[in-house]
Amino acid sequence: MKPFLPFESRLVPMPNNNIDTDQIIPARFLKTTSKDGLDKQLFCDWRYDAQGNPKPNFILNTPRGQNAEILLAGDNFGCGSSREHAPWALTQFGFRAVISTSFADIFKGNALKNSLLPIVVPQKIHDKLFALPEDARIKVDLASQTITLPDGERVEFPVDPFSKTCLLEGIDELGWILKQQSAIAAFEAKRVGSINTLVNA
Amino acid sequence: MSGNLRTPERQAEGSVGATKTLSQKVWDAHVVHEEPGAPSLIYIDLHLVHEVTSPQAFQGLRDRGLKVRRPDLTIATTDHSIPTTDRSLPILDPIAANQVAQLDKNCKEFGITHYGVHSSHQGIVHVIGPELGLTQPGMTVVCGDSHTATHGAVGALAFGIGTSEVENVLASQCLLLRPSKTFRVHVTGSLKTGVSAKDIILALIAQIGIGGGTGTVLEYTGSAITSLDMEGRMTVCNMSIEGGARAGMIAPDDTTFQYLSGRQFAPKGAEWDAAVARWRKLPSDIDAKFDREVTINGDALEPMITWGTNPGMGVSINGAIPEPSSVSDPLERDALAKALTYMGLEGGKPLAGHAIDVVFIGSCTNSRISDLRSAASVLKGRKVNPNVRVMVVPGSMEVKRQAIAEGLPEIFRAAGCDYREPGCSMCIAMNGDQLQPGQYSVSTSNRNFEGRQGKGGRTFLASPMTAAASALTGVVTDVRTIL
Repeated sequence: MKPFLPFESRLVPMPNNNIDTDQIIPARFLKTTSKDGLDKQLFCDWRYDAQGNPKPNFILNTPRGQNAEILLAGDNFGCGSSREHAPWALTQFGFRAVISTSFADIFKGNALKNSLLPIVVPQKIHDKLFALPEDARIKVDLASQTITLPDGERVEFPVDPFSKTCLLEGIDELGWILKQQSAIAAFEAKRVGSINTLVNA
Repeated sequence: MSGNLRTPERQAEGSVGATKTLSQKVWDAHVVHEEPGAPSLIYIDLHLVHEVTSPQAFQGLRDRGLKVRRPDLTIATTDHSIPTTDRSLPILDPIAANQVAQLDKNCKEFGITHYGVHSSHQGIVHVIGPELGLTQPGMTVVCGDSHTATHGAVGALAFGIGTSEVENVLASQCLLLRPSKTFRVHVTGSLKTGVSAKDIILALIAQIGIGGGTGTVLEYTGSAITSLDMEGRMTVCNMSIEGGARAGMIAPDDTTFQYLSGRQFAPKGAEWDAAVARWRKLPSDIDAKFDREVTINGDALEPMITWGTNPGMGVSINGAIPEPSSVSDPLERDALAKALTYMGLEGGKPLAGHAIDVVFIGSCTNSRISDLRSAASVLKGRKVNPNVRVMVVPGSMEVKRQAIAEGLPEIFRAAGCDYREPGCSMCIAMNGDQLQPGQYSVSTSNRNFEGRQGKGGRTFLASPMTAAASALTGVVTDVRTIL
């Protein structure tokens, strides 16, 4: 994983609350066995009409939706399924952060493992971000856990300290877990057996 | 663990007054390693795998040159992408066929048991886990699937994970996790005729909202819960994620033990007795503190149905759909209006009487034998409305066999239903079983998001009884009017 560096970007606003993973990437695209090419399917049913033509009013089809790295979304973003295809599609499209008032648990975990930063802000700041002009740029700095608004206001956001370290230093979570092999082996030694005997060890 | 789910230290702690909830007890018994600045390393007892969320994880193992640490604690099945038509025919969708073949190949390569397309154990992953006795009280259970919460019905701590976590568990049998907060859902009283487990969970989600349980593990208690059979409990726990909670649990009791006894992977003989003795210690301590509690009056519950585009948008079957003008928050008003536009509905009116095109009876929420019995009891000796396509999809090969033994397929076919082969089918519409744009379904599944059952499709979530009643009339129907 590449280290997560500070960046600055315009916002792509999607004010809907409860944007679910079936909207982020519809289930019919989950038959793939690869992680690639999912950017084309991001928000597919909001983005394209029945003939596959881009819907002109959908934000990702407007100039504002292009070449921006922060999605500004409504409350409880990413609810629904556990599909990691959702953060894969978002990052492949170019997003590096999603700002909302809250995130669904599984989505948040999946995002953090894919260098997509879920940023939770208070309602007041959320409202302020939505009211910003189209070309406003927001600074995101994970090290200080802050976003900086165009007027200079710095807003802190929470992030799990372990996830933060992993993102900043490009640490791979599985690599870290595998360093605990001896603890895992010791735990297993206390509970020998396979599925049908495991709890009887 | 010498027959104990808690370490001696923890037991000593418990004896001096540290009370714990069910989920905390299971958590504590699975901590492998803790260090400052990192989440807890938690051991996973059972890893269930399906074709949709695993291929990239297996590829990750290959890229790193890793093996599956505990293939003996890993079980795969194929459920999402497969057709629910004749299993002797090839899968026509080449992308789905590749995904299904990939799981077979991955399981062979990494030494994992796979109940594939032609297995007599094939079925929806959350149906076969409990059915085979794989899922047991006190276990940690994960699967790359948000409805893993289902397995909490037996008193396991069970939750959905993403593909990166699938890879972590394959490689290490562990996950890095922070403990969730605890949230008790207490359902008092007893359910009236025509009201079922599905109505409990739809009522809960309507009350707390689809983000209401975020960051928590739900524990369902109370007489309306403990009087449910195991399959009803699975229905309740299954949709915990629809309330935002990653897991939902019910304390194991005699109903649980009777259900598990004799199942293929359940302990036998003296081991069974020892297991039950341990499992009896799992329920939350009487004075255990929950971070949050909510009480639902089970006596007052009516059959529930959703009218909108998330599972929290539900009302009792004769209740009115909310009107946007009655909502003060502008964003909520817009969301409501948008949902009504998508659904082609007007606020202020009840959903009962609304014409439908399709009825789907199936999914990991409601495809077990008791669900099929419940639907069949309504359909027996009657004919479904000719304008409605009624699909009945058993959850597993075992459910299918049991249904045959009880003569249920004949009842469904005589009523005019399309009775199919096991799989996820129209719950997620990945396999060709789908609504056409604009069609309405009454569905026993778990999600009514836009396009969930097919692009442009419109879903009303309800119980098997409500679905069967609506199949007969061709409109959304209160089952109590035809009993």
